[in-house]
Amino acid sequence: MRFWKSGRRYAWAAGALAGIFLLGIGAAQGQLAVIWKKAVMICLECIGIG
Amino acid sequence: MKRLRLTVQLLFTIVTNGYMYGFLNGKIYRGSLKYACVPGLNCYSCPGAIAACPIGALQALLNQKGFQIPFAALGFFFLFGSLLGRFVCGWLCPFGLVQDLLHKIPVFKKKKRLPCHHVLKYGKYAVLVFLVCAGSLFLFGGLAKVPAFCKYLCPSGTLFGAIPLLSANEGLRSQAGGLFLWKLGVLLGVVLLSIKIYRPFCQYLCPLGAVYGWFNRFSLVQIHWERDLCTSCGACERACPLALSRQEISRSAECIRCGQCVDACPEKCLRFSAKR
Repeated sequence: MRFWKSGRRYAWAAGALAGIFLLGIGAAQGQLAVIWKKAVMICLECIGIG
Repeated sequence: MKRLRLTVQLLFTIVTNGYMYGFLNGKIYRGSLKYACVPGLNCYSCPGAIAACPIGALQALLNQKGFQIPFAALGFFFLFGSLLGRFVCGWLCPFGLVQDLLHKIPVFKKKKRLPCHHVLKYGKYAVLVFLVCAGSLFLFGGLAKVPAFCKYLCPSGTLFGAIPLLSANEGLRSQAGGLFLWKLGVLLGVVLLSIKIYRPFCQYLCPLGAVYGWFNRFSLVQIHWERDLCTSCGACERACPLALSRQEISRSAECIRCGQCVDACPEKCLRFSAKR
């Protein structure tokens, strides 16, 4: 019981660490560059033209 | 608390959309900050945006050739979600701020929810699954994948991206057609509804709210309820703009941590807390 209670207390930390880990994998696969490429061009579809 | 929240919302919106040159010339920021995402729904085609939109980023990754797990976008969701949950919606989202301001217009009789709220609240999950994920993968684009949520629904993109860009850029203005009119209609619908209902887009359609709602139960930022001090007076429930019950406040996927319950509690048994 105590294990689950303390586990839930630190779930946010595990989630944040998982986030950093996933970001690391994404960066290694070049996904941040994909996001950057999309974000620095005017997205015609997003503004209702494309 | 209300004033503090408004100040934070305004400051965050100004800071994350602070590229003034873009507004003046109808261009967008192209610097390295756009490798990262802001936590809220903030169109990266907004002339002032200095970072990427997390939903736009997710769709950009899903739109790539072949299929790749969108690790980077999931990473941003886990990071922001685990630390803040839907605190992002209440305090850091520019489109949330717009809806808050619209709801202050003293025109219609105000309502907290739409009829059939218990069914409609699942709309945001449908948008996340069908428009953001499945739509980006195959539904609308066929072989040429499209960011379906941005293209057909996102009113934040129309307000922060399309309108400023089209007003400052004549070349773009001449290309606007039926799709732009459709998106303008969606924006108008959300604007009108926001005057009467509290944050209708956040409650019923926002895919980012659906994602952060999942983290609400265990995110670092919580509203702590001191059960022993509570006299069950119901002041928090009356103050909650989303009509949540005392048990739902903070832990529900719908709670945006606006803090109005904290202000309203006469016994001070509700407070923002970084611990559970």
